[in-house]
Amino acid sequence: MSGTIAAATLPPSFDARAFEQFVSHRSEPTWLTERRRQAFSQFEELSHSSLDEEEWKRIDLRSFRPERYEIRNTLPAQSTFDLLLADRTEFGGRVTHIDGCTQASQLDGTLRKQGVIFGSLQDVLQAHPDLLQDYWMQRAVPNGRDRFSAWHAAFCTGGTVLYVPKGVDVEAPLYSFIGLASENAADLSHTLVILENGASATLLEETASANPDLSGLHIGAVELLVGDGAHLQYVQLQNWGTKVCHFAHQAGRVAGNGSLRWTVGGLGARIAHIHQDVFLDGPAAEAQVNGVTFASEKQLISYYTQQTHAAPFTRSDLLYKQVLRDRARGIWRGMIRVDEGAQKTDGYQRNDTLLLSGDSRADAIPGLEIEADDVRCTHGATAGRVDEEQIFYCMARGISEMEAKHMIVEGFFQTVLDRIPVEVVRETLNRAVEKKLGIERLQGV
Amino acid sequence: MGSLLQIENLHVSVEGKSILKGVQLEIRQGEIHALMGPNGSGKSTLAYALVGHPKYEVTAGKIEVDGVNLLDLDPNERARLGLFLAFQYPVVIPGVKVADFLRHAVSNIRKPDRKEGEGLIPMREFRKELRERMEALGMDTEFARRYLNEGFSGGEKKRMEILQMAMLKPKFAILDETDSGLDSDAVRVVSEGLQKLAGPDTGVLIITHHERLLEFNKPHHTHVMLGGRIVESGDSALAHKLHEEGYAEIRARHPQAAAENAAHEEALTATTAS
Ligand SMILES: Nc1ncnc2c1ncn2[C@@H]1O[C@H](COP(=O)(O)OP(=O)(O)OP(=O)(O)O)[C@@H](O)[C@H]1O
Ligand SMILES: [Mg+2]
Repeated sequence: MSGTIAAATLPPSFDARAFEQFVSHRSEPTWLTERRRQAFSQFEELSHSSLDEEEWKRIDLRSFRPERYEIRNTLPAQSTFDLLLADRTEFGGRVTHIDGCTQASQLDGTLRKQGVIFGSLQDVLQAHPDLLQDYWMQRAVPNGRDRFSAWHAAFCTGGTVLYVPKGVDVEAPLYSFIGLASENAADLSHTLVILENGASATLLEETASANPDLSGLHIGAVELLVGDGAHLQYVQLQNWGTKVCHFAHQAGRVAGNGSLRWTVGGLGARIAHIHQDVFLDGPAAEAQVNGVTFASEKQLISYYTQQTHAAPFTRSDLLYKQVLRDRARGIWRGMIRVDEGAQKTDGYQRNDTLLLSGDSRADAIPGLEIEADDVRCTHGATAGRVDEEQIFYCMARGISEMEAKHMIVEGFFQTVLDRIPVEVVRETLNRAVEKKLGIERLQGV
Repeated sequence: MGSLLQIENLHVSVEGKSILKGVQLEIRQGEIHALMGPNGSGKSTLAYALVGHPKYEVTAGKIEVDGVNLLDLDPNERARLGLFLAFQYPVVIPGVKVADFLRHAVSNIRKPDRKEGEGLIPMREFRKELRERMEALGMDTEFARRYLNEGFSGGEKKRMEILQMAMLKPKFAILDETDSGLDSDAVRVVSEGLQKLAGPDTGVLIITHHERLLEFNKPHHTHVMLGGRIVESGDSALAHKLHEEGYAEIRARHPQAAAENAAHEEALTATTAS
């Protein structure tokens, strides 16, 4: 039932004619146009077959109407956003996109001199036509994985690219923003990060709608390529309005001795499904994945996470914390895969869910597939209501029931926030949670 | 004249089971009362009922502070009126720092009309006060940054209860076996701490099986609970006598209550055994 989008014919805004028109308006290197064509035929094909049962069976797509959305070619006349991260710290550079069009892009001059490239996909393609050829949808997210990855590759509207040359340490965090400002606009933006060997960087990205009632679509892809001994911190805070549908393939690859610290915040969207992969390709590669999700009303937020250990002495550590309120639904399906040669691997995955209402629902399914014999892999999932004894204890100290619940929810998230080294991210997530809880902070802490 | 906590003919049930069967007790600010009695006699039940635990249903009788009926009030409202319970089994609140928790609690108690999100007492002032109180109780100030009771040893949890009492300065404090699980140094610290806190502005109800806490805080009145009733009251000599001789005599004098208590104790062993 729910696994397939009824798409015997492609919606007019994403059919063959629309595609031809879309590519004809873009002056892109030939390799990219060709790749888009290939992706489009995959998109046609995959739209006729059903989605992977295992990944999609719990996600009800009946209310998802692809024909409703279309790609905009111009920036909206005016738009303002209530942003969580934008002005919180000094950034080394920033790129902003609205309705799939790049609005602004800027990079610190010193970083530029060091060979760091940070900008919109179009600008980077213009300046360095061949740089991305070996990377863009080649290593982390393949076009043909499913209809959403093919859709993304065919109609990719742009996105943010970060390239850090060998050994360069980008200290100040970089900022990327993806906004939706027009009714039914589609954003198919791509985030591509390439860290050469020994490089390091932090990229903070957030998504938002100009107003909470705007309907919109995001079909995204994130590719994080971390070289030998390189260190990347990446944060994506999904904070769309509650009428946006969000589908994304996000994958990171970490080479030997490299590390990836990846934090996802899932707060917005009506339906959000993210396929998140980390691949530990080289010996002693490490990945830490942090998830903070808070769904309310009728939101459905879903993650399909995979940690693949392909080399010995690799470590992965995933912790998701989700809070569900009202009639919200949270889905998490996790998998640790350990290849035959990946001995001495340490894999961990855990999902904890706190249910704030009787009508909310959580599915959390951890999984292991282990082919090596000398590994340590642990997994777990818990789901439960707020403990009445905790509420009573707080109340016995003069704290109101509501404030007690809010404290307990914030405390619940605290253990995952504690893992995030960037203070501004911790604070921002905390504020986002408080906002969602309805706590107006009138006086600073 | 200080405030008066009045408990009259109090009947309390838990999950439909009648536990307290007509408790009578008056505590005035400045007085120290000891409450003793065998396991399962209903001491903790009385403590919980006083502070308004939702599971403990008052089926008859009344609880008043200076004529204000507490039964209509939520636990947080009772706390704001000056009631405090040091829990026999303090609760862990994961991810909530001791300092944050206490700052909220203190703000609510000192500004009873405060609304969520506003009017927290200033950080500087609060930190200073907290540090002083912790030092007075011989606590490492690092505890302020730990999550409330998470990974605390039994003794640390009890000390944390006393710290909270010190910060909240209640009119009426009920200490439910705050001295159990403490090593003798810790009992001393807690006893001295309590002695300093329990001045003329605090009425204290000490629930205990031991005598140490009472050495420093000599009770003006001692009560013995058996089978859900206070069967005898006396002065500090009674506490000493009970400690020396146990409850055999009391049981003999109150066979009915003793029988009911025995039934509870059996139920208690049955549940722990299963
Ligand atoms: N939450 C509860 N659920 C079920 N039974 C309860 C509950 N609380 C108390 N009781 C029962 O009420 C009776 C009195 O228990 P209470 O804890 O008040 O005793 P106590 O005097 O404090 O004992 P102790 O000295 O062991 O602490 C016992 O039989 C106990 O099993
Ligand atoms: Mg007890």
